[in-house]
Amino acid sequence: MNVNASFDDSVELAIIGAGPAGLSAAVVAGEVGVKATLFDEGSGPGGQVYRAIEDSGKRPERSSLLGEDYAKGSHLAQRFRASGCRYLPGHSVFDIAPDGGIGVLGPDGARWIAAKRVIIAPGAMERPVPVPGWTLPGVMGAGAAQTLLKGSGLIPSAPVVLAGSGPLVVLVARQLLAAGAQIAAILDTTPRANYMSAAPLLPAAFLAGNDLRKGLGWLREVKRSGVVWHSRVSAIRIEGGEAVEAVSFSAGGRRQRIACRLVLLHEGVIPNTQLSMAAGIEHDFDEAQWCWRPRADAYGRTSLEPILVAGDGAGIGGADLAADAGHLAGLAAAAGLGRLAAGDLETGARPVMALMERKRRVRRFLDCLYRPRQEVLAPPDDETMVCRCEKVTAGELRRVAAMGCPGPNQAKAFTRCGMGPCQGRMCGLAAAAVLAAASGRSMADMGHLRIRPPIKPITVGELAGLDGVGPPPAATPPMPTRPKDETGG
Amino acid sequence: MIRCDVVVIGGGIHGCSAALNLARRGLKVVVLEKDHVGRHASGANAGGVRTLLRHEAEVPLALASREIWHDIQTELGDPCGYHTVGQLAVAETDEGLHELEHRAERMQTLGYSHEELIDADELKTLVPGIAATVRGGLIAREDGAASPYHTTMAFRQAASAKGVEIREGTEVDTLEATAGGWHVRAGETAVEAGFLVNTAGAWGGRIAGLIGDEVLLSWFLPMMMVTARVEPFLEPVIIGTERPLSFKQMPNGTLVIGGGRPATGDRETMTYRPDFAGLKATAETVRDLFPMLGNVPVVRAWAGFEGHFPDEIPVIGLSRAAPNAVHAFGFCGHGFQLAPIVGRLVAELVTEGKASLPIEAFAVDRFNMTG
Repeated sequence: MNVNASFDDSVELAIIGAGPAGLSAAVVAGEVGVKATLFDEGSGPGGQVYRAIEDSGKRPERSSLLGEDYAKGSHLAQRFRASGCRYLPGHSVFDIAPDGGIGVLGPDGARWIAAKRVIIAPGAMERPVPVPGWTLPGVMGAGAAQTLLKGSGLIPSAPVVLAGSGPLVVLVARQLLAAGAQIAAILDTTPRANYMSAAPLLPAAFLAGNDLRKGLGWLREVKRSGVVWHSRVSAIRIEGGEAVEAVSFSAGGRRQRIACRLVLLHEGVIPNTQLSMAAGIEHDFDEAQWCWRPRADAYGRTSLEPILVAGDGAGIGGADLAADAGHLAGLAAAAGLGRLAAGDLETGARPVMALMERKRRVRRFLDCLYRPRQEVLAPPDDETMVCRCEKVTAGELRRVAAMGCPGPNQAKAFTRCGMGPCQGRMCGLAAAAVLAAASGRSMADMGHLRIRPPIKPITVGELAGLDGVGPPPAATPPMPTRPKDETGG
Repeated sequence: MIRCDVVVIGGGIHGCSAALNLARRGLKVVVLEKDHVGRHASGANAGGVRTLLRHEAEVPLALASREIWHDIQTELGDPCGYHTVGQLAVAETDEGLHELEHRAERMQTLGYSHEELIDADELKTLVPGIAATVRGGLIAREDGAASPYHTTMAFRQAASAKGVEIREGTEVDTLEATAGGWHVRAGETAVEAGFLVNTAGAWGGRIAGLIGDEVLLSWFLPMMMVTARVEPFLEPVIIGTERPLSFKQMPNGTLVIGGGRPATGDRETMTYRPDFAGLKATAETVRDLFPMLGNVPVVRAWAGFEGHFPDEIPVIGLSRAAPNAVHAFGFCGHGFQLAPIVGRLVAELVTEGKASLPIEAFAVDRFNMTG
């Protein structure tokens, strides 16, 4: 086996992801003397929420428009750099085995690494919003637009329509306005019923801290800016031939239409569960957040001893809660490695857990207020594309449901839904929701798409060059070429 | 209590094919499937429709099955994603070429003409882009490939249309021989049947044991990979000679890569994981044979539970322990192509007590002959 000297074959603690959860875990692990290695797909610490955080000093104007929460990340990144954790940017993880083995693909090729403990902290992804026309060029996630703003300082040149529901809609609107972008309209899709169901949770959320007040401040700011704001929007349809030309929608009891070339959609974020699913951790369907999440205890420990989960990848809580969760997972991993006594684990965790409980009150309110409406979860129009890789529509899925197709894993074989390069990241939830609605069953009943590694594309050449694995297991021949008496044994 | 003429245990492609053929003979058939139809090997295989390099005992069956495949639309009312593209074993070394020559001779001696030697030049014309170092190949031009899960569903649909009742999520607990045949208990479900057919795949050994036929069925999990789409360049299915490989381009441009290197898993919990040492070895073979594919991304790897016997061929035939049971299981990773014909043979065995093709080599008691 060709051994690459720049890598150790074994790692005490592998942390996957450099967002708040991964960075906090690394900091805490460093404090108790655990030798950690952090694998980051990105090129610098921060993850999505604190993208390009280390450049913020160089570009003060960009950071000031991104706000003070963003600056918080700076401090965390500094502590991470001082933690002694080995940092490997540009490394993606394409598989995790239940024993803590991880397949890593970096600039020097692919390698299988044995880790004694692994903390999966992959963060969140935007919930895909399958409305008619969502696959046209000129449609993107509001979070993706924010990524461009954070990472590259890209500001849309033409007026944009921002459509959706959730705190990020307001935050991105505020950031775009501050950056000098023009917003043609904000289409707020939060249903009226959500205000009713969220109202009882409001007092607790208000008492929990400053977050909600801050959010309301942003909302007032955006509304005062004079941006056109449509409330209780539904039936969004993006129109255009080769690219976006307009967006039409229902609001105030009538259809309306706005010409535009860029539409930013957002219906909240969901955990990125590809890695935890590939590892074989059990996942539960979270009805409140309408997503799958890995089953884990308060420390992020899963049914697989070597593997922990932390942050938004384990359930949406936002950057602050993710940092806390990373802290707990770091402590628990250290305890599991024998670097921390059980008593010290509890003592260290107690204040963090108390803080988290308070922050969660805000989250419960937000979950309720911004719960996506049914038409986003299971697109009602037959022609709406659900799987964009393989071009499978909602109508096609309803057709196979009527044929008796019992769930998303079977729909794959009928329609190829979920079989493209994204491995169902974009269509998995919506496809299951369409099938569930068509057959009158629950999402938990449907199950999630089985995730098959490699969860990141790895080329034939990279796979052929994979280091760190033993000799292949003997193949049982697909066919006997010759009976034994002919070969002489 | 369900009463029927035949209870089929195992709703894979073989169970559905047997059920369809039994129903075509006018019998009332119930299929019991512990998971869902096509959940394991039937849905997870590579879809090769291959007579090439078959075990000698399987050749007559494979050739008969090939005829049904060529007109699968008529058989099932569904094209099943089937295309006659040929299957081609390529030799990378002189030793490998020797082995293929030997095989071709042997087939000729037995009177078969479906496998044909081709030289390196013809091979390179048939497979543009293949490594210049290949020595030659053995081709079965009338072989092909189909869409495995789709085909299994087509058998299921055809069986259902003939009145077959399929119960999914129904795992057999007990079998009891009665005066009239069998009493089967599967959770809440109870079935009275005159005849029993065991098509339980990798779990067929357990069912055989309940019938009274002890077999030592093991299992394995052949892995497959699929790549992103590439421009169409490959027509025949490529089979490795020196190294395990099955390699095909699907009509949508993706490449499906298999060959039999196993994943690790557990038949009882029905979970598995790909083995990256095996995937690496398979990727090496692909890279060596098709150097231009080095930059094609692999997007997914998977495997399915296959029943396995030490002599690499299945059990097909009447039970030795009970007068009214038929087995067809343990196809060792190459049962997909055989399903159309084996379903017919099973129906013959049930209704006539004998099969129209030679199946002696597949006897359930062949392993304890000497004992």
